[in-house]
Amino acid sequence: MDFALSPEHQMVQKMVRDFAQKEIAPVIKEHDRKQEPIPTALKRMGELGILGICIPVRYGGQGMDYLTLGLACEELEAVDTSLRVAMSVHAGLCSLNLFQWGTEEQKERLLVPLASGEKLGCGAFTEPGMGSDVAAMTTTAKRDGDFYILNGEKMWISLATKADLAMVTVKTNPSARKASEGLSAFIVDLHSEGVKTGDIHGKLGVRAGSTGWISFTDVKVPVANRIGEEGEGFKITMSGFDHGRYTVASGATGIIRASLEASVSYAKTRKTFGKPIAEHQLIQEKIAKMAQDYEIARLLYYQVGWLKNQGKRSTRETSYAKKFATEASFNAANEAIQIHGAYGFSDEYDVERYLRNSKGAVIYEGSSEIQSLIQAGYALGERTDKPLRCELPAYDESVWQS
Amino acid sequence: MKIIACIKQVPDSEAKVKAENGQVSWGDAPLVINPFDEYAVEGALQQKETTNGTVTALCIGPESAKDALKHALAMGADEAVLVSDSALDGLDTLGAARVLAAAIQKIGGADMVVFGRQTLDNGAGLTPAQTARVLGWPMLGLAGQIKVDGGNVTVERVIEEGRQTVSAKLPAVLSVVQSIGEPRYPSFMGIRKASKAAIPVWTLADLGVAAPTALVTRAELMNPPSRETKVEIITGESPAEIADKLADKILAEKVL
Repeated sequence: MDFALSPEHQMVQKMVRDFAQKEIAPVIKEHDRKQEPIPTALKRMGELGILGICIPVRYGGQGMDYLTLGLACEELEAVDTSLRVAMSVHAGLCSLNLFQWGTEEQKERLLVPLASGEKLGCGAFTEPGMGSDVAAMTTTAKRDGDFYILNGEKMWISLATKADLAMVTVKTNPSARKASEGLSAFIVDLHSEGVKTGDIHGKLGVRAGSTGWISFTDVKVPVANRIGEEGEGFKITMSGFDHGRYTVASGATGIIRASLEASVSYAKTRKTFGKPIAEHQLIQEKIAKMAQDYEIARLLYYQVGWLKNQGKRSTRETSYAKKFATEASFNAANEAIQIHGAYGFSDEYDVERYLRNSKGAVIYEGSSEIQSLIQAGYALGERTDKPLRCELPAYDESVWQS
Repeated sequence: MKIIACIKQVPDSEAKVKAENGQVSWGDAPLVINPFDEYAVEGALQQKETTNGTVTALCIGPESAKDALKHALAMGADEAVLVSDSALDGLDTLGAARVLAAAIQKIGGADMVVFGRQTLDNGAGLTPAQTARVLGWPMLGLAGQIKVDGGNVTVERVIEEGRQTVSAKLPAVLSVVQSIGEPRYPSFMGIRKASKAAIPVWTLADLGVAAPTALVTRAELMNPPSRETKVEIITGESPAEIADKLADKILAEKVL
């Protein structure tokens, strides 16, 4: 067993950290206040190759392993959640899922522009009337010759107004025996006729992130853009969540680290009762909990990265990592505010943003409650991983980098 | 064009450096490529791109300094060489210049050698000029822009009085300043190449030079005296009143 990161991993960590610190940290507060994305952020992430980090070079990516994706997400979210969210939807829900389920032709046509950062992708599953209950979606697609005609609306979609392509799951067979068997997945060009998008404002957190809605009115989608077979949409969506939740878990780990670092720094300089508050045991307890949670969250997502590299299913382990890290990040940010006292309540310091940003991930990509049900299902023997027609390929350096 | 970028590994700029038992201590802060030298690598890479040349990163230091060289490789340098020898402890700037000059000759010479303006640790800023002197090449310091035309190099120097354009015949030694452009981030391809790179390590014997005797030695090392600072918040009914009070305070404290 080897817990050490390779020199490559460490260099990527530093590169992504430097990018986030130099280009995002100085301006994030202003954009968070204005509820506006940083206009250059996604473009720069594309230019630097971060958006296609673990996709093979032949599909336009950078050829790094799956663990590197997690490491990058930790570094990005240690500065701001909006950057990691872009990774979750572009790299996780869209690109990796396309890499797993797409045909060779689809990968060459659709994945290359995504992985190279030429185009932005997102995942559109949630609807105004459904979230975690994926099978209850009402957006439909009807076959019409070489096209499907899409109608319906998706809600709470990150990068809805920024993305060029969306991995969309819709109902293609309303009379399927089980609702989950009536779903299919498509890559939809969001510049198509009949597609409308808009932003949602007034969010508690991730205010520098783009979150919105997408409506489809008689949108023609080529059959060639259907990912997988008809009826495989539910499985494809769940695979996407495995990838997306991994990025959420590793990103939330970054919030724990940022909360810990901010708390340590403040506790060493702030004095009460004649000594730095770091010397007060009740403050130490909070800091110790953050340090411990950071270590646990890190190891949990490292495990998922490792499993992905081995080509093994990681739905259960991803659930552990996602639930633990997102809840621990909310607690860490909350305690960081407590340590900062009244200053923590002000946006002069970053910790209040960490708290607001951390809450969303406890809800989206499978709420904590859904994660508990998944975990209980495995523990009680009621849930097992059945082989998929298309598994995520194991990482192979020679294949990825050729 | 053959370009050599000379770099050094130093404690991170965030490190809390202090004197401990007559030695410099930076705690457990990481060692990184000298931030000024990142500009040297950037300048060298710019010339590599405009002249279709090659860049070799060169460093004197312990085995751990390979990490600084790997950073240069990840940014886009083609090769890297480390000079490491226990006899190099306590090296002064002239000694470093002699060793670097020998290494540059062993590499096979160069058309251009690029340094950062100074190092973050010692900060003398003498090594570029001393290396030029040892090599017998012209020295163009504090370059903000570099232009190569045939066998000549022209640089725009960023100096206190303004800008100065000077030129010299190649080969030449340059030191660069921040105006050269923000150092690029390592690319993923560069990172992969750097992580697999086998960096040759040369000893003084490999270079065929004797251990230089330091002409400058450090006699004493001490921490700056600690200073107590006070903070006083000035309040008032209006900005004008606060400004008046502040001005009175400044005059009373004889700050102005």
